[in-house]
Amino acid sequence: MAKKMKLSDITNMFAGMDVEALEGVTIEGDIEIDLGGLGGGFDPMLAAALGQESAVLAQHFARIAGMFGYPVGFGAQAAAPAVSPALAAPKLKDIISAKFDVANIAEWTTQIQEVPIGNTSADGGSRGKQVMLGGEKALPFFFDAPMPNRNQVTIDVFDMRIGLAKAVKENYDEVMDSPGEWAKKNVEKFNADMITIHLISTDPLIKDTSPKDAAKTVEEVLQAVDVPIAIGGSGNPQKDPEVLAKAAEVAEGERCLLASASLNLDYAAIAEAALKYDHDVLSWTQLDMNAQKELNRKLMKQCNVPRDRIIMDPTTAALGYGLDYAYTNMERIRLAALMGDDELTFPMSSGTTNAWGARESWMVSSPLGQDSDWGPREYRGPIWEIVTGLSLALAGNDLFMMMHPTSVAVLKQITQTLFGSIEAEPVDIANWIGAEV
Amino acid sequence: MKINSPLEAYKYLPQTNCGECGEPTCMAFASKLIDRSGKTENCPPLIKEKKYAKKLAELDRLLAPEIRQVTIGVGEKAANIGGDDVLYRHKLTFFNKTKMFFDVSDNMEEAALIERVNKIADFKKFYVGRNLLLDGVAIKAASNDPAKFAAAVKKVAEIGLPMIFCSFNPAVLKAGLEVAKDKNPLLYAANKDNWKEVGELALEYKVPVVVSAFNDLDALKSLAKTFAEAGIKDIVLDPGTYPSGKGLKDTFTNFLKIRRAGIMGDTEIAYPIMALPLTAWMAGIADPVSASYWETVMASVFTIRYGDIMILHSMEPYSTLPEVHLAETIYTDPRTPVSVDGGMYKVGAPDKDSPVFFTTNFALTYYTVESDISANGIVCWLLAVDTDGIGVEAAVAGGQLTSAKVKDAFEKAGFDLKTDTNHNTLIIPGLSARLQGDLEDTLGANVKVGPMDSGRIPGWIEKNWPPKQ
Ligand code: SF4
Repeated sequence: MAKKMKLSDITNMFAGMDVEALEGVTIEGDIEIDLGGLGGGFDPMLAAALGQESAVLAQHFARIAGMFGYPVGFGAQAAAPAVSPALAAPKLKDIISAKFDVANIAEWTTQIQEVPIGNTSADGGSRGKQVMLGGEKALPFFFDAPMPNRNQVTIDVFDMRIGLAKAVKENYDEVMDSPGEWAKKNVEKFNADMITIHLISTDPLIKDTSPKDAAKTVEEVLQAVDVPIAIGGSGNPQKDPEVLAKAAEVAEGERCLLASASLNLDYAAIAEAALKYDHDVLSWTQLDMNAQKELNRKLMKQCNVPRDRIIMDPTTAALGYGLDYAYTNMERIRLAALMGDDELTFPMSSGTTNAWGARESWMVSSPLGQDSDWGPREYRGPIWEIVTGLSLALAGNDLFMMMHPTSVAVLKQITQTLFGSIEAEPVDIANWIGAEV
Repeated sequence: MKINSPLEAYKYLPQTNCGECGEPTCMAFASKLIDRSGKTENCPPLIKEKKYAKKLAELDRLLAPEIRQVTIGVGEKAANIGGDDVLYRHKLTFFNKTKMFFDVSDNMEEAALIERVNKIADFKKFYVGRNLLLDGVAIKAASNDPAKFAAAVKKVAEIGLPMIFCSFNPAVLKAGLEVAKDKNPLLYAANKDNWKEVGELALEYKVPVVVSAFNDLDALKSLAKTFAEAGIKDIVLDPGTYPSGKGLKDTFTNFLKIRRAGIMGDTEIAYPIMALPLTAWMAGIADPVSASYWETVMASVFTIRYGDIMILHSMEPYSTLPEVHLAETIYTDPRTPVSVDGGMYKVGAPDKDSPVFFTTNFALTYYTVESDISANGIVCWLLAVDTDGIGVEAAVAGGQLTSAKVKDAFEKAGFDLKTDTNHNTLIIPGLSARLQGDLEDTLGANVKVGPMDSGRIPGWIEKNWPPKQ
């Protein structure tokens, strides 16, 4: 079986084949090597003996030969020439086997509260399905404990035509005068898990729509779609409590998410409406974990809101505009909760739409001359919203209030991939270096 | 770091309070060592005096970051990766921002190659007082031809960015090293088939090297351990980056496990991790914008969860802009203050006819407005109103920005619109438009609503300034 062969023979052997790798390599002299058997690894002593380059080359040939079915192998026994010890690296002789092991985090003892949104007929509502948030026992997508509920996306609807970034507006222009149609489009075309109806026209500085009229819009949306809904005010702290209370009344029994209770308005009135008419409360604070604890405490202790009706919005700042604070605030809240701080063990919600406030998401070009070209803005905006949302998903956020359909689709794809529910053809990445892109 | 209180570091210092380090006491210096803002080499006695040699060595060992720091490239542009001590940024801060290397192939046309490398080198995105940049070039030996590879390396090396040599063929890597001997490139990669030869190259040329084992942490750790025992210190880990489905989830898990083990003290795997988001382009996504989005999504996941260096493909601004911003986001030191001091700031040398703006004292808002104004040569007064470090829109919503607060800020700054300007006019952020009426009453001044984004101030000024009375 064993037979002597020269490198030049090997070269000749492959001369007729289309083996590009051999071009440009010169082999000086004929070096005898022993092709002593089939198995056998590459030997560093031999490498030293032959000189690095030819050894590497020889091994390379061996691999190609193997590929083409030639019986080739190297043995050190025949490579007798004196080995210069300086050239040999005896330490790289064998793999030192090691076992990898890592422990789960022992301090994560507490489960995040599960909070449902939306009542189906079984619970006295008219929603077609319920959305379940929370329930985590580890940071999102971590191996320590599987995540029980996937992330959910609620797409915004406004109760009046408003100014939106061009890339967003294109998708909604024809439905912007009808909240019902708008909501329908979000669900049917853009795969929204939920709808958020923002009653911004109630702001005294905008249209000062009365709570009663605003409530009609809520009814319209509830009729138009059967997904669970969130109801947002205008952000006016004087008026929001009565607007949300009225909306809660007309949506009685539907278990909507009332957005939001905060420390600078009459949160008790909102909590009361939630309890009276069977809704959840969004507890909103501004990038301040201690304020978040305080508000949650007040909702629970002072207003008697049960734990399974509280969701937190610790505030979302856009990528490049404070996302570092928003990210770390959420991550700290979630870590504290997992370690047992029961004033923080609630699912979280993000106003991801805030990403559209970043100039990078909507401006035609950079206002600063020295920047590299910003490229087409229609592609910048959606990815800004995606990266803002995805970052917070990794920090522990559960529910995303979003706007651009592409952003919704991509955020769902990645969060569900990490969640583990996306099957895909396995991709062989072994040859990424040579792959055409 | 094996210690976490200044007292523990103090034990190893000379304790003479000589002040040569610039700190008043050794204890103060010890605190800087612990928060990693100071280094032992800044204490001259400790470095120079023989009697402290043992203590210095021990202290350096105790202070060494859990994750090894590895340098790629040379000189000013050299890329440092790794060096972390924590799993969550709020526990200290993350060190050495994730480095973004972009791919080129050795079979590209020369002109295209040079154009792409220059594009990588020239990328610039201004962000609060600095420029965000791209970090290096990953040269793929697509040809698998040593000569072709060496030729490409030679061209890329001239531009001066740090390089990664990508080939599993040791002969190719060697050819590259021969023409870039003093450039300290990162070798990608040693795997179960070629580890001896690639390890030899790392030793011979004294360059950092990636060990690669796809989705096999035992094998990865074995390679790293083998190399470490052979005296190779600068190791980077490649557990494989799968672009979709369960493969991507496994990859995510691998990154988490490796970094957790490293921070928890498993020194055999405590090395920087490489992510390969460019495998997004192998996932069968037909539309290039979608493929590019997916690459950015993968880059984002691994910027947040422990990727220290990555190889990327898309150079579209809609990829690079979010990528560099996210790395900056995650690696910004959370200990730096959120806010600037409230008060009146001058942009240029304003006089009584110059416009007066206000914004909040949230550092990001303030610096954004300031750079937009100054970069466009507008001379003005800029009042930072103390909103507890909250941005304009949120502060209006949350009640931290009210007309009373603005009035208070003017009073504290000792600036009176009536006497310190000729126009008695204040320009307010578009996002605080709802305060206009209130402010007019409270200040007794003309209040004009400026643009929603400070990037549009130049255009606004052109149209609206000086104010028509
Ligand atoms: S230089 Fe060294 S010895 Fe002197 S005060 Fe600083 S830490 Fe102490």
